[in-house]
Amino acid sequence: MRHPWLRFALRRTAGFAVSLAVLVTITFLITQLVPGDPVRASLGPTAPASLVQERRAALHLDEPVLQQYRYYVEGLVRGDFGRSFTSGQPVAEVIADRFPMTLRLALVAFVVTLLVAVPLGMAIAVLTRGGRRPGIEKSFSLTTGFVVSVPEYLMATALVALFAVTLDWLPVTGSSDWTAYVLPLVAISAVPIAVLARITRVETLKVLDQEYMRVARSKRLPRRLLYVRHALPNTLTATLTVGGMLLAGLVAGTVIVENIFSWPGLGTAIVEAIPQKNYPLVQAIALLLGTIVLLVNFVVDMLLARLDPRSLIRES
Amino acid sequence: MERKRLSPAHVAVLAVFGLLLALALVGPIVWGDRAEAVDLEALGEGASWAHPFGTDDLGRDMFARVLVATRLSLVLALLTAGLGCGLGLLLGLLPTMLGSHLGKLAGSAIGLLLALPGLLLALLVATIVGVGATGAVVGLAVAIAPAFARLTQTLAAQVADSEYVAAARMTGISLPRLMARHVLPNIAPALVLQAAMTIGGALLALSALSFLGLGVQEPQYDWGALLNAGLDRIYVTPAAALGPGIAIIIAGIAFNVTGDAFAGALAGETIRPARRSGRGRSRSAAASSAVPANGPSTAGSDAVLQVDGLSVAFEGDGGTLTPVRDVSFSVGAGERVGIVGESGSGKSLTALAIADLIEPPGTVQAKRLALHGRDLRELPERERRRLLVTSLAMVFQDPLSSLNPVLRIERQVGEAAEVHLGATRRQARVRAVEQLRELRIPGAARRMGQHPHELSGGMRQRVTIAMGLTTRPSLIVADEPTTALDVTVQRQVLRVLRRVNAEHGTAVVLISHDISVISAFCERVLVMYAGRVVEELAADRMHADAAHPYTRALLAATPALDADLDRPLATIPGRQPALDAVPDGCPFAPRCVHASDRCRERLPLLETLGEGRRVACWHPQGTALPVPEQEMKR
Repeated sequence: MRHPWLRFALRRTAGFAVSLAVLVTITFLITQLVPGDPVRASLGPTAPASLVQERRAALHLDEPVLQQYRYYVEGLVRGDFGRSFTSGQPVAEVIADRFPMTLRLALVAFVVTLLVAVPLGMAIAVLTRGGRRPGIEKSFSLTTGFVVSVPEYLMATALVALFAVTLDWLPVTGSSDWTAYVLPLVAISAVPIAVLARITRVETLKVLDQEYMRVARSKRLPRRLLYVRHALPNTLTATLTVGGMLLAGLVAGTVIVENIFSWPGLGTAIVEAIPQKNYPLVQAIALLLGTIVLLVNFVVDMLLARLDPRSLIRES
Repeated sequence: MERKRLSPAHVAVLAVFGLLLALALVGPIVWGDRAEAVDLEALGEGASWAHPFGTDDLGRDMFARVLVATRLSLVLALLTAGLGCGLGLLLGLLPTMLGSHLGKLAGSAIGLLLALPGLLLALLVATIVGVGATGAVVGLAVAIAPAFARLTQTLAAQVADSEYVAAARMTGISLPRLMARHVLPNIAPALVLQAAMTIGGALLALSALSFLGLGVQEPQYDWGALLNAGLDRIYVTPAAALGPGIAIIIAGIAFNVTGDAFAGALAGETIRPARRSGRGRSRSAAASSAVPANGPSTAGSDAVLQVDGLSVAFEGDGGTLTPVRDVSFSVGAGERVGIVGESGSGKSLTALAIADLIEPPGTVQAKRLALHGRDLRELPERERRRLLVTSLAMVFQDPLSSLNPVLRIERQVGEAAEVHLGATRRQARVRAVEQLRELRIPGAARRMGQHPHELSGGMRQRVTIAMGLTTRPSLIVADEPTTALDVTVQRQVLRVLRRVNAEHGTAVVLISHDISVISAFCERVLVMYAGRVVEELAADRMHADAAHPYTRALLAATPALDADLDRPLATIPGRQPALDAVPDGCPFAPRCVHASDRCRERLPLLETLGEGRRVACWHPQGTALPVPEQEMKR
């Protein structure tokens, strides 16, 4: 017997490795593609030539490109991302400092999104099936349609204006307890919840019309089993595919939302670093966020192959 | 094709869209001075009549600034979308242009870029180009390109595979010409549409970058930059942040909905829930059940199934449709009963109604619908479930879709025992293996761990039968169980049903459009037409006893093995009446050679002619019939 899953896993792993290599190369190219001298651009025209020379040497900028690339990759392997142009602090330290904050926010947002959107979408599908309860269906599509068209930075601004400024219920920044999470979480996960709930609804409706659901009903299974065991896994292909994309989107979402709530994560760090031309920090953060997204897609693909054996066939 | 009318909501959005364009044109001319006017007496004021969105930290009127910013915001969005789609187009055509090997590489490159989040790409490019409007536009264009490239690639690949491109290629036309002449024009409408829809996204994304301080820089300003300035003072003057925010939302929605509207107009239709074809009110269920019905033919307390006056109705937009009307019959223990009829005769719905599987908007009415003498509708939910599980199993038409593709066979066959008989997972598995063995499924134990797609069609149908049998029901309702299978497999499945019937005394209701399958398998046959039972008779006396012209026509339309192949196949001319146009008289009258005026005016009722023998016809055919008697009665 052959192992379609193993073959699939190998191919996906290879694909992941290639993507990662491309990402590393792209981030490396930043310092190469910046017009003029990146160090001079970063330090400004008034910086002493000796300092510029010292920085250039530290970055190996005077050596051939391939050699620089080697240093860059070797550094990454050692966990050495260089030093921040502005503070001189090792970039790895900055990241170790900031990354947990971003990770926490993104992960909680992802979990919240899944926990809210999937049951919501399924419930709406079950309730409105066969043209029943048109009121619920209409308000669901109106609400989600509206939420989808409001980008997260506006959602965040509106949330701050309403809950933090006008009602004064929740803090914007500064608080370290759970209340500090509420507004950023809502701002980040609102759009993904709306998107995912819509897709889950459509997929569930499709699945509920399948013959095997009728067969399952003819076994008189309790609703819980009917929906959770028989319907849910069949909707997961689409849900997870979109879920992976949403998680990638969450990374972008955190970058923006962190800035609104002054959340001390990678998002605020990269947005500060770009105008400061703090290239090592930009490189490292971009690399990290990109890797996370690639990793998520990779994991989702593997999970899908496990959950829905048909996806292996479709693949080959 | 009918031209689609725009809904009022679409008209409103189009109006907003027009307003935005007008603002972009005249905004800076009309309000430009006011937007720049520094008023040191009114620094950072809140909303007032003079300044609806308040003033900024130089006392400049935010309302005027929002209006003026329309132009820059829209222009940058257009630039970004244009540049991004242009890049995407070039990139997307590469896979088709480069041929198989290099093309594949280009395709993977697109996939690779797609995998990276757009904002990250935009930020990286903006870092290289430099912070400012140019950086933001180029960065976002690069971020937009991959998705557009993928769309182009997919569309181009479809067109390139088509016959007319192959034909054009035969003429030796050069590749760029082929692209320009044959491929691009065919994919242009979809691409233009996508590009239009990209503008809305570009607008929102640009505002995001400006909002982060990475886009438009002082002294220029777009909505995002205004929002950024407003957010700093949100505690003091919320209106200063909300003003530009509202502008962005309105513009974003206007662009997106306009895109949707154009997409809808282009596709020529709006997506709506499927409507039933019914037009004009049909006769209601109540009217049909007012007709008195004769009792079930072989009624008795030992009957497994008793159905009396069963109707199934669907409430639709065009009125109520009643695909099953006043059906009565019963099935004794261990009996094999067939229901035969053309598709649309209501036989499958009858089966679903018996199994309590009609779903909204369908409704079931019946005077009696009983399993083992207990009426389903009088039982509480829990007991009804129990009764159904232990007495009835369904087998559906298509074994390929009857099994859940993601669950293992073990689960699907075993779960009924687990849920209803209180078996443990292990016991359920043992039971499932036994059941498969009993149905002679080879390698029963190995099947447990397999998924449905690893099984052949015939094996899957036997698995579905096994699935229903684990709870030892006294009745199997099999709805066209062999239709989707080839002839040899058909025979296997029927043999399985037959054996279950013989060994366990399980009654079988077999539903089929194929009268030869029915007459070979069953003892008693019900013939359905347009939702009604028109005749009931013994299967082995079918040719001798058939009295209804429809039954006779069905029999005549089945070629015998020794049929003269030179003669055309006998068919029944005409077709069943549509659900919304069932005539008042005999529904078969329009197709019947014996039809009289009476047939067209009055519905013949199902009359009992003897044990297990009923017919609904004003002019029953055949010799062994006391014909005139029936006619005299009315």
